Amino acid sequence: MVPLSWYLALGAALFIIGTAGVLLRRNVLIVLLSLELMLNSVNINLVAFSNSLGDFRGQIIAIFVIAITAAEIAIALGILVALVRNKPTLEVDEVTILKG
Amino acid sequence: MEQAFFLLLAVVAIVSGLTVVVTRSPIHSALALMVCFVQVAAIFLLLRAPLLAVIQIFVYVGAIIILFLFVIMMLDVRKESRTPFLKKWIVMAVTIVALLTGEMFTLLLIGGQWQSPSYMLRGGEMSSVKDLSITLFTDFLFPFEVASVILLVALVGAIILTRQEAE
Repeated sequence: MVPLSWYLALGAALFIIGTAGVLLRRNVLIVLLSLELMLNSVNINLVAFSNSLGDFRGQIIAIFVIAITAAEIAIALGILVALVRNKPTLEVDEVTILKG
Repeated sequence: MEQAFFLLLAVVAIVSGLTVVVTRSPIHSALALMVCFVQVAAIFLLLRAPLLAVIQIFVYVGAIIILFLFVIMMLDVRKESRTPFLKKWIVMAVTIVALLTGEMFTLLLIGGQWQSPSYMLRGGEMSSVKDLSITLFTDFLFPFEVASVILLVALVGAIILTRQEAE
């Protein structure tokens, strides 16, 4: 039997890789892909605890996470397409219209 | 046996996750993420959650990654940036990632209660889809409806955002 801590370590490792991608990359598309990786690592933790506690609710929350992720990515890619139409760049540090 | 499967899946997942972050081309990144998601689906099977494994394949691999590939091919991304990594805030970003790594693995190492018998994973048979859906459609009916409305709003919003103004 695989111990629970191994799943938690895998989730933590994938979350850290995703965080590194969000913080370090310049390309908007890769930032979004890394965000997906972070959400997925959280799902691993939810399902692992759902199994270990014998409770379905962890799996149900994971299903909701997946649904919200799908909505989020549709909106994010829509915004991205509108952005590239107005300013043809994909680099996050060149989009400074709001002086951020 | 199961540990060997887990280690294989975990190693492939972490390597492909690193490829997502490190590689230059967004296409390679999206394909590596697809590999990673398939590994995670197999890990859900090891956790006896077959419904989630199927949803993971359908939604992530079948819809989200394909959507990404469509957008990558629609936009012109052949001009790859010379510096794929941010330069300005690199020290702060690396510090944050290092702190997060230290914090998470310290918590995992000192939080020894995950090894205690009350947190053992259950092997045996898969969790039944019937029980799962009964819980989903009784206790979680309202969140389920809210999620469907959110998906509808996202659909309409994406169409409106990307619509070309008729001149």
